[in-house]
Amino acid sequence: MDRPLRLITANPVDQLARTLEALLVVASAPLSVDELAEAAADDAERIELALSLLSDRYREGRSGIVLEQVAGGYAFRAAREAAEACARLFERPVERGLSQAALETLSIVAYLGPCSRPEIARIRGVAADSAVAGLLERGLIAEAGRDEGVGGAVRYRTTPLFERVFGLESAAALPRLDDLGESTEEIRERLHSVAVGKTA
Amino acid sequence: MIVRELELDLDAFEGPFDLLLTLLLKEELEPADVDMAAIVVAFVERLAEREELDLEACGEFLVLIAALLELKARALFPDEEAELADLEPEEAAEELARRLAEYRRMKEAAAWLTERLAGERDRYFRIGPAPLAPRPERKLAPQDPEQLATALRLLAAAPPEVSLSHMALRFPPVSQFIERFRAVLRGRRRFDFDAEVGSLPRVDQAVAFLALLELRKAGEIALEQAAPFAPIRVSRPAATPWPASAPAGQSPAPQMPGAAAGAPAGEPYHRTVPPTSAPAAAPQEAAVDAGKESTIANERTAEWIVRSA
Repeated sequence: MDRPLRLITANPVDQLARTLEALLVVASAPLSVDELAEAAADDAERIELALSLLSDRYREGRSGIVLEQVAGGYAFRAAREAAEACARLFERPVERGLSQAALETLSIVAYLGPCSRPEIARIRGVAADSAVAGLLERGLIAEAGRDEGVGGAVRYRTTPLFERVFGLESAAALPRLDDLGESTEEIRERLHSVAVGKTA
Repeated sequence: MIVRELELDLDAFEGPFDLLLTLLLKEELEPADVDMAAIVVAFVERLAEREELDLEACGEFLVLIAALLELKARALFPDEEAELADLEPEEAAEELARRLAEYRRMKEAAAWLTERLAGERDRYFRIGPAPLAPRPERKLAPQDPEQLATALRLLAAAPPEVSLSHMALRFPPVSQFIERFRAVLRGRRRFDFDAEVGSLPRVDQAVAFLALLELRKAGEIALEQAAPFAPIRVSRPAATPWPASAPAGQSPAPQMPGAAAGAPAGEPYHRTVPPTSAPAAAPQEAAVDAGKESTIANERTAEWIVRSA
């Protein structure tokens, strides 16, 4: 009577959690709830339940592996306490030598993308070719169609890797643009005061 | 202080200012890649090191940097001049403020990303090639196999035959017509080109016309035509019936300017590479003496004229 009893007491969500654990350990990119649901042949609601179970099991301070919600999905990563050890053996090549120009270009693509090189150059006042090439090579941005019209410039958008490297749950996790920097109003006032000073 | 010796250390360039100017003027460096503000900062720093204000250096620098800025502005906004010029001063200021604000926000966003990156430095995760990344299933609308068969049948049909008829075209050598026109002019002072070649096929007429041009170039004949498409009159030039340099009956092929240095004077200048690409005309050309090989190039031109006709 041992076996049937275990069957009854076995928590089905727990079994689903083990399946998700397996899927996540094999994947090398975050898996979305939909992808997990399809692979595990279960419904999204139960997947979320199982994921919350896993999130509790794999969290900082409790496990060397941490389950994180990033880039529109779920993925395992190393616990922060192991970062030093990881650094001795691995590097994070994606962000090595990201210049100020590259970061500004990345911001423009992240906020205004998909956008083309001429648009980026227009905002930065400097050609963006090498910055764009560097970001493409790192996989932080990718091509996303072309501007309308014949011979339209190639447009770029950020990739899931961008969200992952910067630890963003999704592109929506970026701070609101309005909260950054001076408003047009402030700059206009300053321009005005400069103009008044010049004529005075 | 010499402005041209100002040492610069920019993203796109490192070295003295005058080298930067040279590279920009030779178009080996894009003005768009150069950070002008950094140049100004470098100059001002250098200026601040000195006790006296070097007005001459300032003036020179202002002129140079203004020229560079204009160059860069043109490179960045090739078609915007009209757009901005159309604006009223106030609107232009507004537009400028809008752009500055936009850039300022992007700079702030970049600063936020930098901070974020520093904060995430201890997050290690697996990236790279993802052979096991889930492959999204392509969902296509239900298709009718018969439609696919139709499409395949279209692809399976033999393509239309490419016409090779032009390859059989024979081009009579230009030299043949040159000789013929010379012979005619020995008998008559003038003749009518159309009457002379009117009965010939189209290709022959084209080659005959080239022979005419060749003779005219050598000064052997004079050409007259009253109006476009009017009959072409060919005549012996009044003063010298034949150019003195060419003995009668021999082609006055153009002389190589430096021929006297290497080859015996008077030896005609000709192509040394056999015209392998003209198989149709080759047998006839074999009979033509070396002095007339320069006409081969003209036959190529004749071929081109006929094809594009």
